[in-house]
Amino acid sequence: MRLSGWGRFPWCEARVRSFAQAGEAASFVGREQPFIVRGLGRSYGDSALAQDILLTRRFNHILDFCPSTGALSCEAGVSLDEIIAAFLPRGWFLPVVPGTRFVTVGGAIAGDVHGKNHHSAGCFSSCVRSLVLLLPNGEVRTCSPTDNRDLFTATCGGMGLTGVILAAELALRSVSSSMIEQKVVKARNLAHTLELFEEHGDAEYSVAWVDTLAQGEGSGRSLLILGEHAPGGPLRLAEPKAVTIPSWFPGWLLGRPVAKIFNNLKYSSISANGAQGVVPLHSFFFPLDGLLEWNRLYGRKGFTQYQFVIPKQGGPEGLAAILSRIAGSGLASYLAVLKLFGPANANMLSFPMAGYTLALDFKISSGLPALLHDLDRMVREQGGRLYLAKDARMEPAMLEAGYPGLAEFRDLRRHYGMDTVFSSLQSKRLGV
Amino acid sequence: MHVLILGGNSDVGAAIAAVFARKQGAFITLASRNMELGAKKAKDITVRYQVEARAVSFDALDYDSHVDFVVGLESPPDVVVAAFGYLGDQELAQQDFQEARRIIETNYLGAVSILEILARDMEQRGRGTIIGLGSVAGLRGRQSNYIYGSAKGGFLVYLSGLRNRLHKAGVQVLTVLPGFVATKMTEHLDLPPKLTATPEQVARDVYSAFRFKRNVIYTRWPWRWIMTVIRSIPEFLFKRTDI
Ligand SMILES: Cc1cc2nc3c(=O)[nH]c(=O)nc-3n(C[C@H](O)[C@H](O)[C@H](O)COP(=O)(O)OP(=O)(O)OC[C@H]3O[C@@H](n4cnc5c(N)ncnc54)[C@H](O)[C@@H]3O)c2cc1C
Ligand SMILES: NC(=O)c1ccc[n+]([C@@H]2O[C@H](COP(=O)([O-])OP(=O)(O)OC[C@H]3O[C@@H](n4cnc5c(N)ncnc54)[C@H](OP(=O)(O)O)[C@@H]3O)[C@@H](O)[C@H]2O)c1
Repeated sequence: MRLSGWGRFPWCEARVRSFAQAGEAASFVGREQPFIVRGLGRSYGDSALAQDILLTRRFNHILDFCPSTGALSCEAGVSLDEIIAAFLPRGWFLPVVPGTRFVTVGGAIAGDVHGKNHHSAGCFSSCVRSLVLLLPNGEVRTCSPTDNRDLFTATCGGMGLTGVILAAELALRSVSSSMIEQKVVKARNLAHTLELFEEHGDAEYSVAWVDTLAQGEGSGRSLLILGEHAPGGPLRLAEPKAVTIPSWFPGWLLGRPVAKIFNNLKYSSISANGAQGVVPLHSFFFPLDGLLEWNRLYGRKGFTQYQFVIPKQGGPEGLAAILSRIAGSGLASYLAVLKLFGPANANMLSFPMAGYTLALDFKISSGLPALLHDLDRMVREQGGRLYLAKDARMEPAMLEAGYPGLAEFRDLRRHYGMDTVFSSLQSKRLGV
Repeated sequence: MHVLILGGNSDVGAAIAAVFARKQGAFITLASRNMELGAKKAKDITVRYQVEARAVSFDALDYDSHVDFVVGLESPPDVVVAAFGYLGDQELAQQDFQEARRIIETNYLGAVSILEILARDMEQRGRGTIIGLGSVAGLRGRQSNYIYGSAKGGFLVYLSGLRNRLHKAGVQVLTVLPGFVATKMTEHLDLPPKLTATPEQVARDVYSAFRFKRNVIYTRWPWRWIMTVIRSIPEFLFKRTDI
């Protein structure tokens, strides 16, 4: 079966197996042939790709739920979409969600994903009370911040390279409405954007959509989107009607001229005073999920998402330089999302650290490698790093430079014999 | 509403159970040979949809146990879904009769044995629905899976006869003709993604056919047209093909 990540680049011919019971996964591990686990394939690059793949799609049973505390135990193949569908109407929500709800619990843990509230809630691992990990020798261990701590801090953010996450216990949070009070603030340029992040530091959710095509005066102009859970209102699942992008969608349509128009329209759709309103939770958190298979928009060659974080100190100058390099490159990016992260956690390969993170989508093109190479250098100089869940192309040196926990992670892999069993195209490329 | 899924661990069967639990708040019984998995699935349904669900032990090939199985149910089912099945290995079945026999017994004989008992009961009560998972493979024999296809073909004829018989009694018999579905049954095959449904899609089609009291449905719908073409090829040409 030919598979790719969400970016549709690169592709790989893979033998795929799934399982519905832990014993089947254990016998798969017992073959001692290298493989990687795959959830819903929403990582953009090659982290869930290998010649042999173990799919968790059928291992998706909810095991237990406590309606008084919100403790949920479920198998790793359960998607965040399924959790929200089952528990939002009962007044429970996930404390951390990424920009799509079509990811599995296993994928959310392995990527230690973050949401619009990283500054206050941290990564996905902060709502994981414990997880059950299948090791290379077939042993099953329950890991938490207190038990088997080394395995826990390696597995959260460990990109599937420490074992098969079988199940997890999550702490849901209670909400009294399925609506979000949203506020959009317009920022004139980068300095203004960063200022606004500070000013709205106590907003529960905050993220900025940046117009990367704007140059000069307006470079870094953005719409800052803020949100709070509405204190009351309905608890309803208002799933917007989905539209599917056809497989033949011509990629050239989304070139720079169209991006320019799109960005201008989007930016000017909000008046200088900003906008305020109450929106359904799904459209606040998952604006793209209504466009099924939107990754086809970029056409046959696919695309990549470049997401970096640079430390807060020196961040404004670093961001300015990076934005001007991108605007000058002539390559378009529709989706450019900027966020101010809170502090890093203890997990060995977790991506977030206190600083600014910017995520950019680029269509694969001949000019792209040179641009990304330059960006790599700039990010490195700032002491920053790239997000493995998005990456399809970084070089090993970039990883080494950005992740101080890498050596410990490698040692742990060797110690438990994980390095010979769990391997993805990404881990091979990067020599993890 | 009590919904009994025979082959409750089948991916399609479990997806059908979920739709009935969600839309009807139905009480679900999952019948299968693997009780550990069945119990896990029942618990999942209970937590997700806040309905009652149970796992019970059932072997389609243990014919002698079928009467007791039906007597032992908590209440007479309003909807019965025959979702168990065995694809088997065609090449092996050509060499080894035991494989051929297992394919035929699971897909045909086992279904006849259990459904006759349940049908009698529904006929007496004058209501109910029987949903049989057939297959488009049962519509025309092909070299790549004719043992399975012939068993499913027998099952299709059985269902149409049963529908004819139970019509007077007000019992609905729904024949479901899936094309390709991405489940554990077909995991080892390289199926064309565009023609392959998810179990959830099949379940939605089945549920709406149940609501609209349909007799026979193809799922997904393009299979109706694909099979119309395949069935219209004359035998003297068909025997030369490699499909
Ligand atoms: C539209 C969109 C928006 C996104 N927004 C965000 C965002 O805001 N923040 C963010 O952090 N990320 C974001 N992402 C990325 C996404 O959240 C992560 O890539 C996530 O890991 C995908 O989960 P998955 O189930 O699809 O996993 P896959 O892509 O299938 O796998 C990802 C990694 O997890 C590992 N893995 C999966 N399941 C298991 C398991 N059971 N045991 C061990 N390892 C496992 C795989 O080996 C692989 O390394 C976004 C992605 C998309 C497509
Ligand atoms: N997948 C497809 O592409 C496709 C296409 C057309 C038709 N169909 C038909 O649709 C139905 C559902 O298919 P699926 O893909 O969901 O299958 P599946 O996931 O492979 O499940 C088949 C189930 O049948 C059960 N089973 C087998 N032998 C049994 C026996 N002797 N007694 C009781 N249960 C038995 C097994 O249950 P346990 O081992 O757990 O007991 C298994 O869970 C089947 O009838 C199949 O033939 C499938």
